[in-house]
Amino acid sequence: MKCHRPRVGPGRPFSSCWRPVPAAWRARAGEMLQEESDLSLLIAQIVQKLKGSNLYAQLERQAWASLQRPEIRLESLKEDIKEFFKISGWEKKLQNAVYSELNVYPLPSHPAAPPEHLKEPLVYMRKAQGSWEKRILKSLNSMCTELSIPLARKRPVGQQKELLNKWNEMGTDEPDLSLFRPVYAPKDFLEVLINLRNPNYENGDSLSFRTHLGLIQVPLKVKDIPELKECFVELGLNIGQLGIDDSTQVPPEFFENEHVRIGQKVLAEQDSAAAQQYIRQGSPTALRAELWALILNISSQPEDLLYYEQLKTNVIQHDLLVDSLIYKDVKLTASNDDYYFVFEDYLYQVLLCFSRDTSVLGHFAYNSASPPKSYIRGKLGLEEYAVFYPPNGVIPFHGFSMYVAPLCFLYHEPYKLYQTFREMYVRFFFRLHSISSHPSGIVSLCLLFETLLQTYLPQLFYHLREIGAQPLRISFKWMVRAFSGYLATDQLLLLWDRILGYNSLEVLAVLAAAVFAFRAVNLMEVTSLAAAEAVLADLSTLKVMPLLQIFLFATVT
Amino acid sequence: MAGKVKWVTDIEKSVLINNFEKRGWVQVTESEDWNFYWMSVQTIRNVFSVETGYRLSDDQIVNHFPNHYELTRKDLMVKNIKRYRKELEKEGSPLAEKDENGKYLYLARGLYLSDFVPVTYMLPADYNLFVEEFRKSPSSTWIMKPCGKAQGKGIFLINKLSQIKKWSRDSKTSSFVSQSTKEAYVISLYINNPLLIGGRKFDLRLYVLVSTYRPLRCYMYKLGFCRFCTVKYTPSTSELDNMFVHLTNVAIQKHGEDYNHIHGGKWTVSNLRLYLESTRGREVTSKLFDEIHWIIVQSLKAVAPVMNNDKHCFECYGYDIIIDDKLKPWLIEVNASPSLTSSTANDRILKYNLINDTLNIAVPNGEIPDCKWNKAPPKEVLGNYEILGRTTDPSLDH
Repeated sequence: MKCHRPRVGPGRPFSSCWRPVPAAWRARAGEMLQEESDLSLLIAQIVQKLKGSNLYAQLERQAWASLQRPEIRLESLKEDIKEFFKISGWEKKLQNAVYSELNVYPLPSHPAAPPEHLKEPLVYMRKAQGSWEKRILKSLNSMCTELSIPLARKRPVGQQKELLNKWNEMGTDEPDLSLFRPVYAPKDFLEVLINLRNPNYENGDSLSFRTHLGLIQVPLKVKDIPELKECFVELGLNIGQLGIDDSTQVPPEFFENEHVRIGQKVLAEQDSAAAQQYIRQGSPTALRAELWALILNISSQPEDLLYYEQLKTNVIQHDLLVDSLIYKDVKLTASNDDYYFVFEDYLYQVLLCFSRDTSVLGHFAYNSASPPKSYIRGKLGLEEYAVFYPPNGVIPFHGFSMYVAPLCFLYHEPYKLYQTFREMYVRFFFRLHSISSHPSGIVSLCLLFETLLQTYLPQLFYHLREIGAQPLRISFKWMVRAFSGYLATDQLLLLWDRILGYNSLEVLAVLAAAVFAFRAVNLMEVTSLAAAEAVLADLSTLKVMPLLQIFLFATVT
Repeated sequence: MAGKVKWVTDIEKSVLINNFEKRGWVQVTESEDWNFYWMSVQTIRNVFSVETGYRLSDDQIVNHFPNHYELTRKDLMVKNIKRYRKELEKEGSPLAEKDENGKYLYLARGLYLSDFVPVTYMLPADYNLFVEEFRKSPSSTWIMKPCGKAQGKGIFLINKLSQIKKWSRDSKTSSFVSQSTKEAYVISLYINNPLLIGGRKFDLRLYVLVSTYRPLRCYMYKLGFCRFCTVKYTPSTSELDNMFVHLTNVAIQKHGEDYNHIHGGKWTVSNLRLYLESTRGREVTSKLFDEIHWIIVQSLKAVAPVMNNDKHCFECYGYDIIIDDKLKPWLIEVNASPSLTSSTANDRILKYNLINDTLNIAVPNGEIPDCKWNKAPPKEVLGNYEILGRTTDPSLDH
């Protein structure tokens, strides 16, 4: 047994008693050292990120200003300023910012990992995403060439004035969009996902009970119901929920009143982490706008309004091809929607600005996708003349505007609406249309959905497969849109409460499976894909929370 | 042995006829023995008129009160409400009654009924009174509505006295008397600060069923809807003539360029409630809806004393309400014959269910009616109707 010299300095204050250190202790010490260095790496990363933020500048200003205060003494400067920050609420703001970073940025896997690993650790996924992007860009470029419309052009002054005048009603007087078509639709994307294969995985040709019968054929780890129950413990049968325990038959004293009171308290404390925990049981309608802003760490400062106005100016001055795509998408989807048609004009105001917002490029650090590059005319291939197109790197697809539409029920000032949407996008929605192995990525969600169905409703799954109605073909569009446009708005908002609360999109896959479970009896009787689609065509009467709760906590496992 | 109910209608709408047929009722003509007649307002005039009218027997029910126009004609509604208000103020107002805890039992603010109908005058009769009022705030906009028309016909906005010269001239001539009922207009202060959603003006259409006026038994349909204008609202005087900006009637909006046949520019009242609660908070939203209920009840109480409470009658009214940007509701008018045309698929379902629930209350058990019944239906048949007024006015007997 090897003896270790304890490292306590040059001398040896201890006696000559050498004690051997057991291997298990050594391993644990090693772990802790690693965790510590992981933690310090993480801290360093967050500090680095926050240093460039507005909050940092504000804190600095506040610290300088606090020197005037009588309670700040030179001898104990650091402690006094810290105390001041605590009392004045600035520490809380910093806490919220750190918490936000923790939620958004994945933990670094290894200090030596290259940046691509942060985007997506698996090579084959990266490759698949790359080819998908090439296809989209090709489609966009060919539309451009066919219609002889430039990707971008500066608007003549007359047109600029006109657009400024009708900024609040861009929905009227639409241009001729008949020649435009969406760059892709969810079903095109589904085909790509169906063809994803891991070249390192060989599952053999023989069918067994382990064979996955669904469309997704990549071996990602997904949770089963016991694991989901642990994860979504607050949705349990014994715990009050908005969406269930606030129905008219339940007296509000049982749950609702107290829950509202707690919500008001959380808002008064302005604590992001507490808000995120609270909202797992649903948000009262009147508090939702503020709670979401708190969780997403959005505080509407004058700088934010200015930033939005700047984006608006960019829209006025330059016309992008994607603008027509956005226009077309809104006209095809939200304008025809019973709930969202009222907000049509807001959607243009948000989405057109969104496509000019270069701060969105930041999210590509942890998104498996990369922003498309374009070159100034005539300078193809020359890196100095490369620009991201569109400026925010996100090409909208058919149904994209439905990510924004439900938010219009919460915020009626365009810049607040804008901020919330942007934050929701860079935290959640981007995962629904990029190929990655992330547990909240669309690939994992599809696999989770199919696995839940196959494991817990095998008869239904088998039947649907037999009649050529693979369940994912029906549920895919729900998940890609996070159910927007399929559920009634109040139900959708309750669902998105949980997305925020758990910082995960897995609840979308669980709900999709729960919907199939709910309509199982009817689905067992259909004999074609079209008939199955018909059974599941109208989700507008569904109550989301009972479905989730029953599926997770009342299904025999 | 109860026979089948025999029905007649002079309004050829599928939402009606499907409901009759689903109950197994038998269609007959007007000249035969009928039990149930869903009639237009012209026909009810004939039935109860002095010259052409006839007595209804105990097993006959009609869907209008004989003098419904006390509520549904714009000028008479205003007159009745004004009279009602004066009576309350004179009596020292039972509305000032308080309960054991010292709280006001009713929603009236203080002793005075707050206005829930915009300032209105009859033309040409009140022309001079109107001019006086107009001169007090000369930059205001007023809306001219013909008394006897519907669907937004003949309505226009004015902001200058010269635009209604016609009615002042008429008041000076002696020959106006014989024409006055045809050309009678009401002029109301235009609510130029309506609550806008998505930048657009909208109004509320709510259905209210009255089975008897004395005692007053009324029910409000929970599934009302909002009607949006297709064009962005602007109070600018240059757009006063643009009816697509100002008038929410579907009959007008559906001719607009941007009219959409899928949603028909309609929102459910529950959408409105969700939006208001999310953006304005729960208390003010609840207060708004309570006020709306209160307005409806007050308008019915106002006409109850003058209404011919014929036991053969019930009526389903279409209430039009506008909400201003201070979240105050205003009663614009009451329709005796709310449109049963469906502009969208959802609309058809809503109106079908509306008639269904109405018939369940008005014709109990779908059997041959006996108009001497107590008109107190059990809770189970209410469907989407809710009893109106119990919390706001205990004097209502349900």
